Amino acid sequence: MQIEQMGATALSRELKKGTVSVAEAVAHYQKQIEEKDGELQAFLTLTGEDLQRQIDKVQEGIRNGRYTGPLAGVPVAVKDNICTKGLRTTCASKMLENFVPSYDATVVKRLQDAGMLVLGKTNMDEFAMGSTSETSSFQITKNPWNPACVPGGSSGGSAVAVAAGMAPLALGSDTGGSIRQPAAFCGVVGLLPTYGRVSRYGLVAYASSLDQIGPMGRTVADCKALYEAIAGFDEKDGTSVRRGIRNSEECEDSALGRAKEGLSADVLRENSVARLKGMRIGIPKEYMQSEMNPEVREAVKKVAVLLEQQGAIVEEMSLPLTEYAVATYYLVACAEASSNLSRFDGVKYGYRVDGEQGLHEMYKKSRTEGLGEETKRRILLGSFVLSEGYYDAYYLKALKVKRLIKEEYENAFKTCDCLLTPVAPGTASKLGTSLQNPLQMYLGDVDTVAVNLAGLPALSVPCGLDKQGLPIGVQFIGNAFCEETLFTVGEAYEALRGAFPMPGEQTAGNGKEGV
Amino acid sequence: MAAKQYDTVIGLEVHIELSTKTKIFCGCSTKFGAMPNTQTCPVCTGMPGSLPVLNKKVAEYAIALGLATGCRINKRTIFDRKNYFYPDNPQNYQISQLYVPICEEGFLEIETADDAGNDAGTCGSGKSIGSKTTKTIRIHEMHMEEDAGKLTHNEAAGISLVDYNRSGVPLIEIVSEPDMENAEEVIAYLEKLRMICLYLGISDCKLQEGSMRVDVNLSVKEAGSKTLGTRTEMKNLNSFKAITRAIAVERERQIALIENGKKVEQETRRWDDTAGESYSMRSKEDSKDYRYFPEPDVPPVLISEDWIEEIRSRQPEFREEKAARFVAEYDIPAYDAEILTQSKHMAALFEETAKLSGQPKKTANWFMGELLRLLKEAGKEPEELTFTPKYAADLILAVEEGKINQANAKEVFAKVVLEDVEPLSYMEQQGLMSLSDEGALQAAVEEVITENAGIVEEYRAGKDKVFGFLVGQVMKKTKGKADPGKVNELLKKSL
Repeated sequence: MQIEQMGATALSRELKKGTVSVAEAVAHYQKQIEEKDGELQAFLTLTGEDLQRQIDKVQEGIRNGRYTGPLAGVPVAVKDNICTKGLRTTCASKMLENFVPSYDATVVKRLQDAGMLVLGKTNMDEFAMGSTSETSSFQITKNPWNPACVPGGSSGGSAVAVAAGMAPLALGSDTGGSIRQPAAFCGVVGLLPTYGRVSRYGLVAYASSLDQIGPMGRTVADCKALYEAIAGFDEKDGTSVRRGIRNSEECEDSALGRAKEGLSADVLRENSVARLKGMRIGIPKEYMQSEMNPEVREAVKKVAVLLEQQGAIVEEMSLPLTEYAVATYYLVACAEASSNLSRFDGVKYGYRVDGEQGLHEMYKKSRTEGLGEETKRRILLGSFVLSEGYYDAYYLKALKVKRLIKEEYENAFKTCDCLLTPVAPGTASKLGTSLQNPLQMYLGDVDTVAVNLAGLPALSVPCGLDKQGLPIGVQFIGNAFCEETLFTVGEAYEALRGAFPMPGEQTAGNGKEGV
Repeated sequence: MAAKQYDTVIGLEVHIELSTKTKIFCGCSTKFGAMPNTQTCPVCTGMPGSLPVLNKKVAEYAIALGLATGCRINKRTIFDRKNYFYPDNPQNYQISQLYVPICEEGFLEIETADDAGNDAGTCGSGKSIGSKTTKTIRIHEMHMEEDAGKLTHNEAAGISLVDYNRSGVPLIEIVSEPDMENAEEVIAYLEKLRMICLYLGISDCKLQEGSMRVDVNLSVKEAGSKTLGTRTEMKNLNSFKAITRAIAVERERQIALIENGKKVEQETRRWDDTAGESYSMRSKEDSKDYRYFPEPDVPPVLISEDWIEEIRSRQPEFREEKAARFVAEYDIPAYDAEILTQSKHMAALFEETAKLSGQPKKTANWFMGELLRLLKEAGKEPEELTFTPKYAADLILAVEEGKINQANAKEVFAKVVLEDVEPLSYMEQQGLMSLSDEGALQAAVEEVITENAGIVEEYRAGKDKVFGFLVGQVMKKTKGKADPGKVNELLKKSL
C-alpha cells in the first residue's frame, strides 16, 4: 500500500507493525515536499539535522514499546506561530525572521511524547492576521487544487501540506476561522477545539481570548487522533480547562443518548452513521444568506439531506446576533492583538533597525519596517478602540456583544446537538485579489468568527467541489466540550460521502451523492 | 512669608514587594541579588508564546493585608493590562488591576503626638488619647501587579542594559484617600502599614532597598476651604527623611506659586534628595494613555468565603493587640510593650524567654536595655536574632539567684544573644560564677580590711566616700565573681 493513500492512523499502524520504517515514512513526505513545495510554498522551514535524531528516537521508541499510541511515528507539519525549541519560528513575519525559540510549545511536547515528529513549519498570514495566507512576509502559498488561487488562511501552509500529501497531519491555529476556512478551501478536515481545550502555551498570541490550536488532516478520524494527543489541561496556560477530553455527560445525554435507543452497543461503537438517528441538527438561517455563493449553499443543503436520510432531525433555526459577529470579532481581536504584539519592539529579539538612534526612534523604525501592512492595520485599529474615550463605546461594547453571542449559542444547544453551516460564503479566491479590499476580506469570515467569540468547537469537513473544481467545506458547530459529537457526525458524514479526492486526482467521488 | 494660612492634603500610593518564593506569573525565584538575568524564563522575559499563570500566594497575601486593614475583598477580581513601551517591561504591558482590584475601602488608624500638625482636618476623624491623637486614614484600594525589570544606563559606553530578574516579582499597591495633612501623619501611616506587613510576613518593606516604594500626592488649599487644590505626584522617595523633606519643600513650592498668582500644574515630579528639591518628570498633558483592558490570559480570580475565612483564621496577633496583651499578661509598662513589639520576631523571643524564666519584668529589662544596645552596636535588625530563648532565660534566672553578678551577666548575655552560646557551661568554663561560698567571701572581706587599715580608719571617721574603694578591693580579690550586693552587706557588717 502506498503511504500517500494512507491516513495518519493507518500509517502509524504500519509503522508499529514494522512494514514501514519511520525513516521511510519521513523520506516519503520529504520527497513529496521536494516535488511539490517549490510551487506550492507551504513550508517556511524544514526540520534540519534534528529530524534524524527524532527519527532514531521514535523508531527506537516504537521498537521498545514506548510509543504505542494511534499516531506513533507520524510526522506532522506545524504552523509557524507555534514555538519549536531550536527550530526557527517566524509567524511569517520579518519581525521574527531569525527567531529561534528557547522552548517547545505544550502541543509540540505532547506530539513528541506521543511519538510524533515535527516535519517542518508552515507558512501563514503574518501573525495569523489574514484569511488567505497572503500577508506572509516571505512567500505566497498556492492552493493545490488551483495554484492561481489562495489556500485560505491563516493556516494556509498547514492546509496545503496536508491537502497535497506533503504531510499526513498538521497543526494550525484558529482565532476567527484560521483552521476551518483553509481546510475548506483545500479539501481537508480541520477542527477548532473548544476554547480552553488545548494549551496555548507556546502559541504566539494574536487574540488571546479567541486563539486555539487544532488539528488538520485528511479524515475526521485522523483529526480526532491528533486532537486527543494534544488536548487536555496544562498548568502553563491559565485559560486551559481542567476536565477530561472526552464528551461530558451533558453532550452524551442530549445527543447520543437518544440515538442509543434500540441500537446495540456494538453497532453504536462501530457505526457512526447509526448514531445519527435522532440527532438534532440546526441550520441557522443567518448562515445561508443570499449573498453567499449558491454552489456553497447547495453543497451544504446536500449534506443536510444526507444526514436527514439517516434519521437525523434537521431543522432551520435562527441566531439573530450573527450579523454583529464580524464587527465584534475585529474589535476584540484587534484590541488584544495591539497589546500582544507590542512585545515585538527590537529590544530583546527579532527585527531591529541598524544605526544609532534614540529609544523611541528605534521602536518606531523597527516596528514600521519589521511588521507588515495588515498587522499594522490591526494594531492601529486595536490601539484606537482601547484608547481613552473610546474604550466604552468600542471594546467594552464588543465584550458585551461577545457575551450575548455566547448566550445565544448556549440557548441553541438546548434544542440542538450540533449546528450545520457553510465554512465560508465562497470557495478559494484568486491570488492577489483579497488584500485590495480588506473589509471585503473581513466579511469573508462571517461564517467562522462567531464560533470563536462563543468559545465553541467546530469541525470543517470537505463536502464537494464547485464548478471550477475548488473544494467546498461544511461546518459542524458543537456545544462547548462536546468535540466527540462533532467527530461522530463528521465521521458519519464522511462515510456517507465517500472518499474525498486529492487535488489533481480524477475526482472519482464527484459523481457520488453529497459530493 | 505667606499671609494666608494653607492646609496640606496628602494621599499616598505605596508599592510593597511581596516576599513570595516565586514570581507572580511564573516559577522563577524572587531572590534578590543574583547575577543579571539568571532568574528568568520565557514568561518573565516576554518571549513570544509564553503565558502568565497566577501565583495564588500573591492573592493570599493581598487578602491577608486587606483583612488586616478592614478592606472589602472582592469575590471576583480581575487583572488588566496596562500598555506602555519601555525596555524594562519585556511585554510592553504590565499586568496590573484597574477595574476590579482585589481589595477596596479599608482604613488604617494612626497615632500622632498631640502637638504636631493639629490643623483642623477636613478629612478623617480625630480624637485625643492622652498626649496622642488617633486618626483614621481611609484606604481607597489595593491591587496586585508585576514589577518591571531593572535598567542600567552606561553613559560612557552609550549603552543601556536590562536585568529581568525583578521582572514579575509580585507587588501590592496600596492607594490611600487624601486623608493626611502633614509629614508626621504620613510617616505614622507608613510605619503602621509596614508593621502590618512585617507581622503578616508578606514583605520586608525596606524603603532603601525598594521593597517599599512611596509616591506622595500633595496639594494645598486655603485653610478651611472645601475645594481641593491641584495635586502633584512625587516619586523617588527613598527614606522617611526624604519623604518628610519632600513634603515640606513641595508644600512651600505650591504655596509660593499660588501667592505669586501662578498655577500649580498637575504633574509627576521626581525628588532629588541631594539637591533637596524636585523637578518635573511629566505633566498631565503628556501623561500616557495606558489603554487598559481586561487581561485575557489570566482568568478572573474567584475568592470564596471559605478561602477568606481560612486566611482570616491564620492572621497573626498584630502589634497593638500583642502589646496590650503583654501589658496585661506580663505586667510590663506600656512603653516597654510597644518597644518589644516593634518586631514580631523580637516579641516572640521576649515572650518565650519571659515564660521560661518566669521573670517577665526582668526579661523586659534585659531586652529593653542590653539587647537593643547590642543590636545597635552590631548594626543588626531584631529580625536577625537567632538565639535560643531557653539560654536567655537560664541566664536571667542565674542572675536572680545570685549565681552571677550583673557585670559578668552582661558579658554572658552578649554571648547568648549574638552567638547563641549556652550560658551556664560558658559561665563555668570562664569562671564567671559568683562566689556562692559566704565563708570565702567573708575571708576576702576581712583580708581587705586588714590590708587597708588606713582607709578603714578614714571610713570609720565618717568618710563614706571610701566605701566604694573597699568594695572594689573585694571584687578585685574575688576576680569579679562576687555579687556586689553581697559584698556591700558583708563589708558593712564587718566594718
